[in-house]
Amino acid sequence: MGTDFHTNTEGRKGISSWIFSTDHKRIGLLYLYSILGFFLTGVVIGLLMRLELIAPGKTIVSARTYDSLFTLHGIIMIFFFIIPGVPASLGNFLLPLQIGARDVAFPRINLLSWWLYMIAGITAISTIFLPGGPPDTGWTFYPPYSIRTPTNVSVAAFAAFIIGFSSILTGLNFITTIHRLRAPGMTWMRMPLFTWTLYSTAWVQILATPVIAITLLLLILERAFGTGFFDPSKGGDPLMFEHLFWIYSHPAVYVMILPAMGIISEIVPTFSRKTVFGYRAIVFSGLTIATLGYVVWGHHMFTSGMSDVSNMVFSFITFAVAVPSGIKVFNWIATMYKGSVEVKPPMLYAFAFIFLFSIGGLTGLINSAVATNIHIHGTFFIVAHFHYTMFGGAGFAFFAGLHYWFPKMTGRMYNFRASTVACITLFIGFNVLYFPMFLLGWQGMPRRYYDYPPEFHWNNLISTLGSWILAAGLLIMFTNLARALFKGEKAGNNPWDGTTLEWQTTSPPPHENFAEIPVVTQGPYSRKREGQETGDR
Amino acid sequence: MVKHTDDVGAKMGMWLFLFTEMLFFGGMFLLYAVYRAHYSADFSGASSELNRVIGTFNTVILITSSFTAALSLSEIKKGALRSASVSLGITALLGIIFLIIKYTEWSAKIGHGIYPGSAYFNDLAHGKVLFFSLYFVMTGIHALHVLIGIVVFMVILFMVHSGTVRGNNFIKLENAALYWHFVDIAWIYLFPLLYLLR
Ligand code: HEM
Ligand SMILES: [Cu+2]
Repeated sequence: MGTDFHTNTEGRKGISSWIFSTDHKRIGLLYLYSILGFFLTGVVIGLLMRLELIAPGKTIVSARTYDSLFTLHGIIMIFFFIIPGVPASLGNFLLPLQIGARDVAFPRINLLSWWLYMIAGITAISTIFLPGGPPDTGWTFYPPYSIRTPTNVSVAAFAAFIIGFSSILTGLNFITTIHRLRAPGMTWMRMPLFTWTLYSTAWVQILATPVIAITLLLLILERAFGTGFFDPSKGGDPLMFEHLFWIYSHPAVYVMILPAMGIISEIVPTFSRKTVFGYRAIVFSGLTIATLGYVVWGHHMFTSGMSDVSNMVFSFITFAVAVPSGIKVFNWIATMYKGSVEVKPPMLYAFAFIFLFSIGGLTGLINSAVATNIHIHGTFFIVAHFHYTMFGGAGFAFFAGLHYWFPKMTGRMYNFRASTVACITLFIGFNVLYFPMFLLGWQGMPRRYYDYPPEFHWNNLISTLGSWILAAGLLIMFTNLARALFKGEKAGNNPWDGTTLEWQTTSPPPHENFAEIPVVTQGPYSRKREGQETGDR
Repeated sequence: MVKHTDDVGAKMGMWLFLFTEMLFFGGMFLLYAVYRAHYSADFSGASSELNRVIGTFNTVILITSSFTAALSLSEIKKGALRSASVSLGITALLGIIFLIIKYTEWSAKIGHGIYPGSAYFNDLAHGKVLFFSLYFVMTGIHALHVLIGIVVFMVILFMVHSGTVRGNNFIKLENAALYWHFVDIAWIYLFPLLYLLR
């Protein structure tokens, strides 16, 4: 067996052994570090916003700066953290391992996608320093304001355009990899669930991203030449922008949440010492979510002036998405039922995910009913809802996956005590930060304002305190992982007694993953292994 | 790295990419459909200002180039490198002719003051503004695809000469031809929507 991929530099030296490597594991880690870098940038901006909102009136920034802050925060968190987050980092690292392949189908395209990601990131950040300043439209770039504002909307939109390419290339690569490179015996119904969700996600990436690409391009042309497509003064219709924007951006939330659900579907059976309950139901609910996800975009536009019929149809289908999501939660709980559940750190993060995501999902139903939506549209209720789904859901699942596969990626183990403390702190901080926002929104506090009337003071104060607790949790978590990276104990190849293929190779895996390509003879979570009859329970 | 080429995989990747292209153009077709429904009179008025003869001529050129692209593929499969190169060269040349004609068409329009942002343009009826904007954006983005195709064919021509693309390794040419057919088909939709439909 070859040397592990950290030592094997494929004949390159220093940094170029990373930024020019076509090894999916190195690219996965490159993505991981870059994505975490953007995440922390976004967090700092978030904390600044919370600080501004600690008391009524101006606290630290002007109204204009606040506009730029929430726009940058949104753009960074959406396009540079949570959309690429799981697939590009953990997915890249694990997909070939989970299906018993040596790499992805197109390793060089894989590297190209990381380069595009970085170019896009630098382009987006550069708006801060360009004359005109960062965009102030919110991450949604709605016209007509986005046509008129003198800020660098075009540059930021172009950055999002480039990262779209990166996302498409990843999707295309993953689909081809899964179709072409599965190990002998790995039938579709023997694929690990994380791989399955990456597959559904990849289709969404491919079929939805081009729509935002053309939309943003049209916006740029609109600003540069005055084409009039979205400009009412020239006969265009801003509503068309909203449609096109959400035709992508709603499916994009499934790019965020599906792989997150995949992570949980790996962790729960491993730490329940049981095969997963309802494998097929989980697979098909994932595919259903991906499909239904295409036809619900209108729920972002209930107050924008669509017809009543459209409103009702979009509302109804949105409710329908809750069914497959509910099936998944049910399956996870059923997997734990009568299992011997071990609450190690990954499982703890998975619990946090299930709890927070359930709140996010259930409040989503409140949003998707047209009548209540009109009351809470554009308020802090929405801000609370999407942080619960994207951060409490996808974000926490990302942390769970990070803790689950950390020993595989690095060969080392972190301190359990510290990560438990971190998880609990994060959980408390999260709820203190975001729960008051539901109340604020319900009382009518609009989003995207740097100021508010005094009656909203208490909840805002509590929320800001929560942001500090959350920040402390992040600090503990990342310090613990960073420490483990250098000083952690050797983890062994299969510390959690996992059953999927990535646990059958060494940690960290060798350059081409497996000394010999494994032959698969049973389902991914079966606990019956050669010479050992442990049964399913 | 064990060197292995997976032609089926490469082709699958190309098809997936073409799906994304389809949706990319789809966004513009959607705008076209909606605005045409809103402003049908303006759209037919504006459309009659386009030159059908030039449009038809360009359509013929592009269809012919698709034929020569397919021809070069079947020639290379037979191992006939020379005639494959000739077909490739003709394909690229036809692409260039298409662009030159497109260029003259655009400059005629711009010469009449019809382009987004001009004073004359902004005084047109709303439907006409949108039609001409769509005309410029759609044919412009299409032309960009043609340009990329030409460059790709040039590179492949070079690869045929250097022996990278040959009788038993033609996936690059096959994928380029697939892409070119897509560019062709996109035009097959653009042409009637912009030039013929009144
Ligand atoms: C420490 C962590 C975070 C804090 C303190 C924070 C805080 C905030 C606040 C206060 C707003 C509302 C601004 C307003 O409407 O006035 C906001 C908006 C937003 N946040 Fe966060 N956030 C954090 C993490 C995240 C994460 C992890 C994500 C995504 C995964 C995210 C995505 C967004 C988005 C998309 C918006 C909307 C921006 C817009 O209105 O255009 N945030 N955040
Ligand atoms: Cu949505």
